[in-house]
Amino acid sequence: MIKLEHVSKSFGDRLIIDSIDAEIPQGKIFTIIGPSGQGKTTLLRLINLLDTPSDGEIFFNGISLKKYPKNNTDIRRKMGMVFQTPVAFNETVATNIGMGLTYRGISKSEIQGLVAEKLDEIGLSGYENRKARTLSGGEMQRVSLARVMITKPDLLLLDEPTANLDPVSTTKIEELIRYYNRTCGTTIIMSSHDLYQGQRLADIIAVMMNGKFVQLGETISVFSEPCSADVAHFIGIRNILQGRASQVENGLVQVDLGGIIIYGLGSYSEDEVMVAIRPEEITLHVEETGKISARNIVSGFISDIQPYGIISHVIVNCSGIFLTTQVTWQSIRDLNLKPGIEVKLSFKAPSVHLMPVR
Amino acid sequence: MEDILSAINTAITLILTWNPDVIEISARTIEITFTSVLISTIIALPLGTLINFSSFKGKKTLISLIQTLYSLPTVIVGLVCYMFLSRTGPLGFLGFLFTPNGMIFGQTILVIPIMTGMTIAALQGINPIISDTIRSLGANRLQFLTSHIREARFAIMAAVVIGFSRAISEVGAAIMIGGNIKGHTRVLTTAISLQTSMGNFTLSLALGIILLGIALIINLMMGYLQQR
Repeated sequence: MIKLEHVSKSFGDRLIIDSIDAEIPQGKIFTIIGPSGQGKTTLLRLINLLDTPSDGEIFFNGISLKKYPKNNTDIRRKMGMVFQTPVAFNETVATNIGMGLTYRGISKSEIQGLVAEKLDEIGLSGYENRKARTLSGGEMQRVSLARVMITKPDLLLLDEPTANLDPVSTTKIEELIRYYNRTCGTTIIMSSHDLYQGQRLADIIAVMMNGKFVQLGETISVFSEPCSADVAHFIGIRNILQGRASQVENGLVQVDLGGIIIYGLGSYSEDEVMVAIRPEEITLHVEETGKISARNIVSGFISDIQPYGIISHVIVNCSGIFLTTQVTWQSIRDLNLKPGIEVKLSFKAPSVHLMPVR
Repeated sequence: MEDILSAINTAITLILTWNPDVIEISARTIEITFTSVLISTIIALPLGTLINFSSFKGKKTLISLIQTLYSLPTVIVGLVCYMFLSRTGPLGFLGFLFTPNGMIFGQTILVIPIMTGMTIAALQGINPIISDTIRSLGANRLQFLTSHIREARFAIMAAVVIGFSRAISEVGAAIMIGGNIKGHTRVLTTAISLQTSMGNFTLSLALGIILLGIALIINLMMGYLQQR
């Protein structure tokens, strides 16, 4: 559907998109996640012909967009884009939704029927004659989506469509995105800084950092095997540490973190490595509880407890290495956990994810 | 205070008695002003749109220049037009001097900069995401421009109202080009000027009130259009 070949874009001296290669298959939801200001919006704008790449080529169904001047409507009318900030024309809701069809020379009566259909889909029936500017942000974003989808695009581009919305509106927009993808077969490329949204919607995820796709793959693989410390950090892994690896036996790697030694799985020769351990994979023990089956057992003192709703992050100082684990609010109380208490942490070797140092 | 009250009184009497001189002058004022604002709009709206959506060297300087011309003294416009339109001037062949057409010519020149500048400002005031949305929805070049004008219609209407206000209230150009000839080129402002110089302050004020009344009606009409 969309193919990116060494696509780059710079504004002045600043390189925003740095030679991206990717293929986005038909009918899939492709989500670009990454922190703000990494070039996600720019990439979507390039695909929508709102900007032109400084270098490289973009193909739409095999046709190079290079052949089309910036204001050509042939290709652009096959796609549509919803922007991060909800906007509406200073017109009624119906006129707003029908705008794209008006540009395509569709008759007023036909537009009217199609608009009614779309209003029903987005749950705003009866809003035809309302001034679109009086709608809430969530409603306006639904109108923006309907305004694009009424033109039956082959490709829908969504630039952080829920970034400015409340949770209820976000859910509604996500339902609509899924609905249009499933029922109309629309290929969707969306950007998001919310990785869980990526996980909920995406078939394929690309993690974008510094203008590059640093990792691209199925959602679950990105979450379970981040390729670098930056990605691990972005997807919310708390314990990211650097150490020296040495192969102990086939498949087992020993990592010296400079105070403690832990074991992980993989094949690394003598080298500096990054390790990532999810807090939820680390178990906290207060007393000698008999035999612990996990490969890694380290002891330390609690240095801090940070509440996050009903769970808390307990940060443990293990000989100068700080490891974070998750404990429920109930356990904090029952075990009487507080800073200064000596505890043991255990985690299995497969929980230690090894990554190269960059 | 008494003068003002008596001026209001005179104004009301002049209107209620349908004073033929006042009606004639007012009608001419409206006709000349409307025509010049119409011509200015036809020129300034496309011109402002063109300037706003083109990129060329010196664009900022041009816009600053246009904005500077907002302060163009009406007498200077009158004087320059007089020189151009006089029998020996380059536009003397038009025969516009001391005619309503000449006054329309002068007022048009006076109003074009302000309407052009305000059209540019109105279009610049449009949220850039709206511009992106218009393009993204597949508008062609013409649809792109008309959608922007439509989106900025209230601000553009304000530009027309301001242009109208400047045209109807100016006296310098009207008197220099028109010559304040009774029954031919006399308008409200030139009549006010004449009556003032003759010491008829009450009548001057009364004519001023009538002028404001006309402006008020126009503004109310514009306001009504905007609400629709």
